[in-house]
Amino acid sequence: MPPVARWPVVRWTGAGTLLLLLLAFPLVFTQPHPRHVVITIFLFAMLAQAWNLLAGYCGQISLGHAVFFGAGAYTSTLLGKYFDLSPWIGMVVGAVVAVAVSQLIGYPVFRLRGHYFAIATIAVGEIVNTLMINWDWAGGARGLFVPIKRPDSLANLQFHQSKQNYYYIALGLLLLAFWITRKVEVSRMGYYLRAIREDQDAAASLGIPVAAYKQRAMALSAALTALGGSFYAQYILFIDPDSVFPTALSILICLVAVLGGIGTLWGPLIGAAILIPLGEWTRIYFGGTGKAIDLLIYGALIMLVSVIQPGGIMALAQRGRRRTG
Amino acid sequence: MTAEVLVQGLVSGLLMGFVYALIAAGLSLIFGLMEIVNFAHGEFLMGAMFATFWAWALLKLDPLVSLALFGLLVYHGLIRWILGAPMLAQIFATFGLAIFLRAAAQALWGADFRLVKGPLVDGRISLAGIFIGLPQLVASVGALCAFGLLYWFIRKTETGLALQATSQDRQAAMLMGIDTQRMFALGWAIGAGCVGAAGALLAMFFYIFPDVGATFALLAYVAVALGGFGNVPATLLAGVIVGIVEVLGGLLIAPALKYAVVFSLYLVVVLWRPQGLLGRF
Repeated sequence: MPPVARWPVVRWTGAGTLLLLLLAFPLVFTQPHPRHVVITIFLFAMLAQAWNLLAGYCGQISLGHAVFFGAGAYTSTLLGKYFDLSPWIGMVVGAVVAVAVSQLIGYPVFRLRGHYFAIATIAVGEIVNTLMINWDWAGGARGLFVPIKRPDSLANLQFHQSKQNYYYIALGLLLLAFWITRKVEVSRMGYYLRAIREDQDAAASLGIPVAAYKQRAMALSAALTALGGSFYAQYILFIDPDSVFPTALSILICLVAVLGGIGTLWGPLIGAAILIPLGEWTRIYFGGTGKAIDLLIYGALIMLVSVIQPGGIMALAQRGRRRTG
Repeated sequence: MTAEVLVQGLVSGLLMGFVYALIAAGLSLIFGLMEIVNFAHGEFLMGAMFATFWAWALLKLDPLVSLALFGLLVYHGLIRWILGAPMLAQIFATFGLAIFLRAAAQALWGADFRLVKGPLVDGRISLAGIFIGLPQLVASVGALCAFGLLYWFIRKTETGLALQATSQDRQAAMLMGIDTQRMFALGWAIGAGCVGAAGALLAMFFYIFPDVGATFALLAYVAVALGGFGNVPATLLAGVIVGIVEVLGGLLIAPALKYAVVFSLYLVVVLWRPQGLLGRF
């Protein structure tokens, strides 16, 4: 008999309770700041989940995911600015653009392995960043303001009075990312991806079309990341290459997933729930000094986690479970 | 565009390329030994530049020595613990170190740009219409010398051969009685020492600030991957290629796009040879 925590009824009530708590959160916390922190957690949990699909399940460590985030943010904003299109349509177009970009990038870089792959994705990210800084039609280095629409409406995806609607949209995106990851996890594709992660050559010899499945994982991951990017643009209402295309953003996305535990469904959410508030609080308490104390603590913490628990927090939980079960 | 400008560009690129090669050599050595990419390499460079700045300001220890000691410290404090860890954990340990060092520099010395004013060598020389900045010339000759010294060390000395053996086959080296842990530590000391020398040379003519390492580190990763991970001599060729392409890209296409040109070249090369120019797979 499996341990109690494995019973389906326990799992579903657990997940249901968590969802209810998350739904009720903005009703209890009406101040903008706690809502903002949780929205950021949702956003990064979603981005990390998207990254997790490619890196965690398929084993392809991308350090250039900001490209897809920026593609989403820029597509929806540019379409809104020049063609007055709704951000919802922009979001979908952004995802399509990101998928196209991901296939273009994937074709060459998936031939590389290990560190060569990781460094190639950094190189791609830096190339795109440089190009965007120099592309004047898209705002160049000055960035773009999302055209302000009044009054607040769901159709315009802009809410200036309260963050509550942003909160629920972010939660919706997170649920979408979870749902897709879960679907992939239990499907044939999930098994293929894990096989590729464990041993690419063995997977190929068993007849798994390795290149095609890497591309598929990349496409799914890119599309989800782009949705997050469009949401970010509508939430912050200003984007520039430095905020949506930097390598630092790519790294942060992976960090969230790695801290939580990659290749697991819950890892990204756990990682975001720890890392984002930590970043926020160290910034609040130590950030104003100009001494970068917040980053000092942040960097030390990352080193500590890598040394003590390389598998992330999920590995810790699983170890505990094995001991009891 | 005259031929003169082109030659001028080639010469400047070549000079910078030697410095890039030295930075990349340290990275490549560390990777060859234990398959760890040091993502804090740029921050080591930044540290060396600051050390040079303070040595200039206060007349103290040579940055080469302090950096090698620092490399040992990093190995024993951090790297030793993640040797057997998965690649991601290793990446993030050094990333964490990078963030930490950058923040530490800002906490200690602030985010201001600094410059060594009135260095020992200054001015420029003119050779057949080609201008060469003296600090740049000294830096590249210095980098070339350091590279030669490194090459001699790993190819001709017994310790260097032990380093190579460890890099080729860890288990076999252990069976031959080589203390691989010591070799790893030595690799970090030498790697950090190389970047220390490069930092000291760069500090003669480059601004010094906490984020300075980022660009140099990116170029060094590209140089290492271009040459082939773990192949130290190949980084000389790769470093020079990166330096020349950077300058020519800026000259022929657009100065703002020069790094994009370098990174594109890297992608083209690894497409054609996924293991780098002279790499072994």
